[in-house]
Amino acid sequence: MDGEELTEQETALYDRQIRVWGADAQRRLSKSHILVCGMKGTVAEFCKNIVLAGVGSVTLVDDRIVADESLSANFLILPHENHYNGKTLAEVCCDSLKEFNHMVHVAVETGDISTFGVEFFEKFDAVIISCCSLGKKKLINRKCRKLSKRVAFYTVECRGSCGEMFVDLLDYKYSKKKLEETIECQIEYPSFEEAISVPWRALPRRVSKLYFAMRVIEQFEDVEGRNPGETTIADLPGVLKLRKELCETNSLDESQIPDALLERLLTDTREFPPVCAIIGGILGQEVIKAISGKGDPLKNFFFFDAMDGKGLIEDISGPSTRS
Amino acid sequence: MVGAGGIGCELLKTLALSGFQDIHIIDMDTIEVSNLNRQFLFRQSHVGQSKAKVARDAVLRFRPNISITPYHANVKESRFNVDFFKEFDVVLNGLDNLDARRHVNRLCLAAGIPLVESGTTGFLGQVTVHLKGKTECYECQPKPAPKTYPVCTITSTPSKFVHCIVWAKDLLFAKLFGDKNQENDLNVHSSDTANSSEHSEDVFECRKDEDIERYGRRIYDHVFGHNIEVALSNEETWKNRNKPRPIYSKDVLPEEQTKENGNEEKGCAADDVSAMVSLSLKNPQDIWSLVENSRVFLEALRLFFLKREKDIGNLTFDKDDQLAVEFVTAAANIRASSFGIPLHSLFEAKGIAGNIVHAVATTNAIIAGLIVIEAIKVLQKDNNNYRMTYCLEHPSRKLLLMPVEPYEPNRSCYVCSETPLSLEVNTQRCKLRDFVEKIIKAKLGMNFPLIMQGASILYEVGEDLEEDMVVIYAANLEKALSELPSPVTSGSVLTVEDLQQEFSCSINIKHREEFDEEKEPDGMLLSGWVEAPVDKDNNKPIGNDESTSNALPSMETLEGDKDDEIQETSEVVEAFAGKKRKLSEVSEVTAPDPSGPSSINQNKPEKLDIDDEDDELIISDDWESFTKKKKL
Repeated sequence: MDGEELTEQETALYDRQIRVWGADAQRRLSKSHILVCGMKGTVAEFCKNIVLAGVGSVTLVDDRIVADESLSANFLILPHENHYNGKTLAEVCCDSLKEFNHMVHVAVETGDISTFGVEFFEKFDAVIISCCSLGKKKLINRKCRKLSKRVAFYTVECRGSCGEMFVDLLDYKYSKKKLEETIECQIEYPSFEEAISVPWRALPRRVSKLYFAMRVIEQFEDVEGRNPGETTIADLPGVLKLRKELCETNSLDESQIPDALLERLLTDTREFPPVCAIIGGILGQEVIKAISGKGDPLKNFFFFDAMDGKGLIEDISGPSTRS
Repeated sequence: MVGAGGIGCELLKTLALSGFQDIHIIDMDTIEVSNLNRQFLFRQSHVGQSKAKVARDAVLRFRPNISITPYHANVKESRFNVDFFKEFDVVLNGLDNLDARRHVNRLCLAAGIPLVESGTTGFLGQVTVHLKGKTECYECQPKPAPKTYPVCTITSTPSKFVHCIVWAKDLLFAKLFGDKNQENDLNVHSSDTANSSEHSEDVFECRKDEDIERYGRRIYDHVFGHNIEVALSNEETWKNRNKPRPIYSKDVLPEEQTKENGNEEKGCAADDVSAMVSLSLKNPQDIWSLVENSRVFLEALRLFFLKREKDIGNLTFDKDDQLAVEFVTAAANIRASSFGIPLHSLFEAKGIAGNIVHAVATTNAIIAGLIVIEAIKVLQKDNNNYRMTYCLEHPSRKLLLMPVEPYEPNRSCYVCSETPLSLEVNTQRCKLRDFVEKIIKAKLGMNFPLIMQGASILYEVGEDLEEDMVVIYAANLEKALSELPSPVTSGSVLTVEDLQQEFSCSINIKHREEFDEEKEPDGMLLSGWVEAPVDKDNNKPIGNDESTSNALPSMETLEGDKDDEIQETSEVVEAFAGKKRKLSEVSEVTAPDPSGPSSINQNKPEKLDIDDEDDELIISDDWESFTKKKKL
């Protein structure tokens, strides 16, 4: 770690969090660059968290024009037509985020992220994808993995009272203190593609039903060419049919992906603000851990369901990367 | 909402986004720079302004059509009475101290309004729901008492750095800069205490025309040199302990060097005065050497007398007072050096001395989301689905967010179950005043007590009391219990009420002659009032400060408005072990069964997923109370 010290301003502002993760970690954060794609409510929460934490920069990608629905769970958008008229989600969120911490550089990148070359991603230490199709997720994950430097990759998706988060830290080494000793840890992560390719029957018996449900809907959107989040309750028959097929292929009992769960996910497709806050918070913590090198990162899926109130971690990996 | 700090900002934002239309928010604090790393509704330009008001303005910007009523006030004020609370459908706490939480708890019980409590420290957090008669109230479970240390540990035999801090802050700093009339355990006399005569001088008094430089060294030599030598002369004390070494300023800082101390204070204002600046010590994270600490000690002392003379005599330690923090750090470090205890940086010392709570935005955001989920259930009267939720730093059985069913009320809770308490006291020696201060106010958390025996009122506080009653009550305070107009003796039953909290309880009095000075310094023993076991160091009131508890499940907010409490991870994990045990009993019978008609599991209730591989035997600490408790 280079010998640069935190400025007086940083020490004063970050005092309370430095007491949590230390000055070294804070320095590392201040040099980090984060790329975020898909500015919905959960991602807005996440961005707020990392800007407050004092990362070096946050680059936003979302060329969708702000519409009324955008405001539902996103507190970064002020409901004044003049404020957002004609602007993209990234632009409006950028302006709001800057206010939270002047020491963080917040910027907008326009264009379709799937067309950006591998070298584009090299600028970043972490990439967070939301509201993206299955194809895009895999593509960007692949590009990040091609780089010689580690670029942490995360996806996040919230539907109604449920939320899912995925983490790929490639080959992650870190150290931690246990009692008086420092121990070296290493975790190997599968890519998104590798993870979701793990045959369902090979997974531990009690894997969260939400994992399977999200995969069914994800597949449905992929096969039907839908934009993420545009599947609704009207599609239920089609989704149930797909579930049947996938369960047969995977030798999984259909009861592992309950009707009621799928119904819930298709009925309330909008984000639910408390879930955005929870997932955005967990995601924030994970990115801070990965950047600072402090704390055990989760591997590799996190699920939250407001119905049962559980926030749980699932390790979805093949035998080579199973912990 | 009570509290517009760390949890409060996140909570107000999420409530507004979730469709809540009528929100009232109470907070007595103003905004400080150290809040800005997480209280995101506030900006640099808002420093000094009311948190409740600024939070409201910020949220209205993105939800202009809802109603938010801010109160820049203390929730304990009399206007926030039971009638006030009755106006609401639910009360959400985002507080940081035990006192206020107990107060709100009682008002919610009296008003019959559901309360959602919460707390965070660092990466840990929790949310609990309290419904009168249905669940535990906030006070049903014991809350750990604040940590205190025995006097002798502080004055003679420190073994940890915190002991040195307490000495530097509560003894030395207080003696030099605080109220001169306050009792102080610091040895101030230069002659041998065994033969102290009336002529021995108080070393701490600055002599007329004495050079501040001289004075500083005199103090230094007295507390780090002379007092240590005196302590060393008592062989017994050091039989099984490492002996401290006396330190004299001439050995650490030869005279000539100190003359070079400090750049000239370039006409800086009294507030900005700093020994670190003066000595060009830039980094608060550095651990200073004994020499540097000594320089800071002398320079800080000099600057206090030179630049802040008018403050001397009425200062109390304030963690935001840079010069005070510098002085206490230096003094604690020199003492630590003397006793072979590792030195600490100013940053660390400040945290200990100021009871600073470490805090981040993410945990508050998560907790706020969980609070809103419970609040919505309350409004929907979804009685079977309330949960307590714990946010963990390390997963337990794959869970980072662990939901637990609430417990039935504690039948022995003196707050919600009206169980009587017992007090052992020497009724002939104990004055009513001590009873009021130490028991009624301090332990029972009543602010405006009324004390009766049968139909006789022994004491009350109020705004519209008659003159002659006020006189009688004042006189009563100075009387021993057995000498009151209605004598209080063994077997007496007192009824104590706080009218504002609409809370009353009875206390059975039992006379006892003697009390152990070390273990029962108050000369009174209250039982039936459940207090969690405290550190074995707990003896006397010289403590590293006020308020409150910080262990799960009754976690204090170490968050938000005032940064008060210190977190102790080991306590948290320990208290948590009990909780795990209870979780394994939670069945999901009460949760809506997500299985649909086509499911094989149709007729079977869903069980909680438990990884068999993970099965650990976890022994609950409070086994007794665990077996007595029942789930809803």
